[in-house]
Amino acid sequence: MLNSAPIFKKEIGSYFLSPIAYVVITMFLILSGYFFYSTVAYYSLISLQAMQNPYMVSGLNLTEGLISPFFANIGIIAMLIIPMLTMRLFAEEKKSGTVELLFTYPLRDLDILMGKFFAASVVYLVPIAVTLIYVFFIRSLTELPFGPVLAGYLGLILMGEAFIALGIFISSTTENQIIAAIITFGLLLLLWVIGWAANFTGPLFGKILNELSLVRHFESFSKGVIDIKDVVFYLLFTFYCLFLTCRVIESKRWRG
Amino acid sequence: MIEIQNLTKRYGHIKAVENISFTVQKGEILGFLGPNGAGKTTTMRVLTGYFPPTDGKVKVAGYDITEKPLEVKKRIGYLPENVALYKDMRVIDYLKFVGRVKGIKKSPKLKQQVSNVIELCGIGDMQKRIIGKLSKGYRQRVGLAQALLGDPEVLILDEPTVGLDPKQIVEIRKLIKELGGERTIILSTHILPEVQMICERVIIINDGKIAAIDTPDNLNRQLSKQLVVLMEIEGDPQKIVSTLENVDGVIEVKQKRKGKVKQYEVITRPEKDIRRDLAQAVFENQLGLYELKTVEMSLEEIFLKLVTQEEHHA
Ligand SMILES: Nc1ncnc2c1ncn2[C@@H]1O[C@H](COP(=O)(O)OP(=O)(O)O)[C@@H](O)[C@H]1O
Ligand SMILES: [Mg+2]
Repeated sequence: MLNSAPIFKKEIGSYFLSPIAYVVITMFLILSGYFFYSTVAYYSLISLQAMQNPYMVSGLNLTEGLISPFFANIGIIAMLIIPMLTMRLFAEEKKSGTVELLFTYPLRDLDILMGKFFAASVVYLVPIAVTLIYVFFIRSLTELPFGPVLAGYLGLILMGEAFIALGIFISSTTENQIIAAIITFGLLLLLWVIGWAANFTGPLFGKILNELSLVRHFESFSKGVIDIKDVVFYLLFTFYCLFLTCRVIESKRWRG
Repeated sequence: MIEIQNLTKRYGHIKAVENISFTVQKGEILGFLGPNGAGKTTTMRVLTGYFPPTDGKVKVAGYDITEKPLEVKKRIGYLPENVALYKDMRVIDYLKFVGRVKGIKKSPKLKQQVSNVIELCGIGDMQKRIIGKLSKGYRQRVGLAQALLGDPEVLILDEPTVGLDPKQIVEIRKLIKELGGERTIILSTHILPEVQMICERVIIINDGKIAAIDTPDNLNRQLSKQLVVLMEIEGDPQKIVSTLENVDGVIEVKQKRKGKVKQYEVITRPEKDIRRDLAQAVFENQLGLYELKTVEMSLEEIFLKLVTQEEHHA
């Protein structure tokens, strides 16, 4: 049985004791609000033009014109803010020396790790949940397909967990929070755009790069498709990062 | 209660602790005495399960630290050297967190235990304060309070009085003494009188090895009796022995090595350093002095070193 509740509670507390959680959530909402506004404005502009030009109508639908860009944008914001949520999780404990007591309490490494992981997840999921307001707003104006919205949110959750797992892993490898944030962001960005290289590498290597691309697997979610392959990709990515983190924190060098 | 067998701990190539063995009985207060860098912290970190030993066996309450780390950790309260606490938390919230981590789940019981340790450690007035804003003395008490939560059978305190002012030192020492009795306590220090005041038994550790294990009184008796000087002198042995024995402060002279230049062990009273008088006596009698030194890191020397350090502190 996992005994993560005390660590989880403490981490949630420290997120809200320091300004980090507020800043991150506020930034998230401002950015997503802006993206939402501009997507809607653009969509209504196109709709207006489409009304005057009936040939365009066939290429216009709510999922592609509105929902898909909306989720893609939130995905990018997630990539920006998650490194800021995860950077402190282990780096701060190591730097301040609080690890010494933490690792002598009757907890397993996994209890500690999962407590931190869930705490970061909750702080990430709060603003994601707030974006539901936008969804209800659209629904009040027009008929909104339920399926694609659900798929999009599932994608955001799965991708966010993968980001958080990578961030925690990086945080466990350094005692400098800023370095942890920068490396996490750099890796996320790299894994986001890695598919671009697929265009000019060989077919086999290109396929591998495409499979590694974080955005590639998110695309189908944001288009309203839940593909089991993508679900598995994010879950495996998350588990693997958490596994690596466990190995790092149990290593002697880390504690020495 | 605690069994340590042939414990060795290396950091990379640095040997911090080498082949240490000792046991601690239930209810005993054991002092861990040694200069900085002797390996006290390293031994304690192994004992608390912070990192595994490179070699050897450690058992607490019958549980092996590598096989059943959780069982061991449940029974140990640890106060690290220069304890680092979560600076942004309030004292009371921090202690509740530690209580929960140590498995005290039920709310009334948790509250009860937390207020018990708060009272015991005298931090009642500070419980609403942010830990980062506390003075060093109070932070040390909060550290002690978190160690006491969960009522552990074993307390491990790493240099609990370092960095405190004299009044705080007296208070903390008194508190530790009160905590003994049922509990088994291991306490490290590099200050000799501290062990004499608090501990029932002392382990002197130096350079990663155990130099002596005894009661403070016994060690003290041994220490105050003698000081050994090794000399290499050329000349007639009988004349040398009688010359040295005539120096004021010498208790006994033993001839150690045969050959042209012989070695003598001169046992002296510790009150006064008479190495200069010894050398003078050798010259005046026209004997050839080749070497004169106090015996390398004998128990006495380690003690002397420690005592001088304490004098520097005072
Ligand atoms: N993390 C570490 N890495 C390398 N060497 C260390 C580390 N910690 C301690 N040492 C070395 O191990 C030896 C014992 O240190 P320590 O156990 O801290 O001694 P004490 O607590 O008695 O002052 C010292 O020589 C110290 O330099
Ligand atoms: Mg030390």
